[in-house]
Amino acid sequence: MAKYVIIIISMVLVNNYPLAQFLGICPFLGVSKDKESATGMGIAVTFVMVLATAVTWPIQNLLLDRFGIGYLQTVVFILVIAALVQLIEMFMKKNMVGLYKSLGVFLPLITTNCAVLGVCISNIDSGYNYLQSLFNAFGAGIGFLFAMILMAGVRSKLVDQSRMPKSWQGVPIVLLTAAIMALSFMGFGGMFS
Amino acid sequence: MNQIIIPVVLVVVVGLIASIILAYASKVFYIQEDPRFVLMRAELPGANCGGCGYAGCDDYAHALVEDPDGVPITKCAVGGPACAEKLAEILGKSADGMEKQVAFVMCNGTTNNAKQLFDYEDIKTCKAAKQLYGGSKACPNGCLGLGDCEAACTFDAIHVIKGVAVVNRDKCTSCSACIKACPNSLIKLVPEKSKISVRCHNTQKGADARKGCTVACIGCGMCQRTCKFDAIHVENNLASIDPAKCKQCGMCVVKCPTGAIQDLLHSVEQLEKVKNTLAAMEAKEAEKKKQAALAAAAAKKEAEAKA
Repeated sequence: MAKYVIIIISMVLVNNYPLAQFLGICPFLGVSKDKESATGMGIAVTFVMVLATAVTWPIQNLLLDRFGIGYLQTVVFILVIAALVQLIEMFMKKNMVGLYKSLGVFLPLITTNCAVLGVCISNIDSGYNYLQSLFNAFGAGIGFLFAMILMAGVRSKLVDQSRMPKSWQGVPIVLLTAAIMALSFMGFGGMFS
Repeated sequence: MNQIIIPVVLVVVVGLIASIILAYASKVFYIQEDPRFVLMRAELPGANCGGCGYAGCDDYAHALVEDPDGVPITKCAVGGPACAEKLAEILGKSADGMEKQVAFVMCNGTTNNAKQLFDYEDIKTCKAAKQLYGGSKACPNGCLGLGDCEAACTFDAIHVIKGVAVVNRDKCTSCSACIKACPNSLIKLVPEKSKISVRCHNTQKGADARKGCTVACIGCGMCQRTCKFDAIHVENNLASIDPAKCKQCGMCVVKCPTGAIQDLLHSVEQLEKVKNTLAAMEAKEAEKKKQAALAAAAAKKEAEAKA
């Protein structure tokens, strides 16, 4: 049990995807303008990460490893994740209209997001078993959501209340903010060995 | 040889399985869409920017299908007027049959007209200025003139001129961005054809309003008494015109003692004419009253003589 808790905490704080491993930077910078869409994106990413892990782990272990073609990991994973997201979207559109409406725009955007692919590959590389992989994906998603909400909060203050030189406004200050946040997250490094 | 064949076959098989599942799923999860939705979704740019206030183009098209009369077709800023026209076509509305609306700033407190209480030298946004005693102008409801609306407008349609925001009606797309940006809620949408509007938002008592700004509405009610169409009413010391009833005759404009009613329709000469007609009408009425009074007096006299 402790192992699972450690996996989740380490994915949220120590190995936070956007801030410590620099995966999923694109939505982290792009969709963090307001808290509402940042939260939506974070939840959608968590959702897709867990489902993608649930599908790719068996594929790696039952298919790729058995036939000795582990080097095709990236290609096959992208293919499977893209198809999976499409399938989920169709399913949700029909059966879960409420959830589809709140996630709808973000789902296609994260089809081939590197954070999703990253979590699938890191599950394999870390040698996790199936359940551990699922927890790992869930933790990574929560970490992403956490970083998104923090970023959106900082950005809403930046835009509304701060005066800064014109050359800093817009993307530059966002990149600087991300850099400082990443630095502060380094403080968590070495919490677990 | 196997080193090539096995991976190729495997990847092809995985792709094939995925495509079969997807093809099957698209049948199982097929949703009967309103044909108008499909057409409109094709016309919308697909940028999913959310600028219309809906979560993406799909959501906007859905809203249009569900409530074609309530949801305006002009919301898409990316597609612009061309897109709106196409949407109108699909929904069977004529684009010109739809009343175009424009933003209107309910203040004329320019630096000449409105009194300044102090010089404001801090952050140059209306939002910040309002925090400090409600802004530097004597009028608590007036335009702060620091251009939050100007910054919010993506169409270059609103500008602060002499301390007051003014809308360029040709460029305005009625996107409501300025309405949301104004901390004093001074901006509203009016039909473009409505050219006569009360250009004041001050709800103070007449004397106080007048002290702060020379063109304030003082709530005297002169316009309400003058209007023959019941289109203008004073409420909370502030007159407002109902564009649905207003016939744009201009009578309230010439009667307003402070000039708080803006008229974009009539020239100065035309207003002069309106003034003369109004004066003649009033003279006639006064004459009638006089006659009636005389007649009444005569009748009274007669009755007295008889008695």
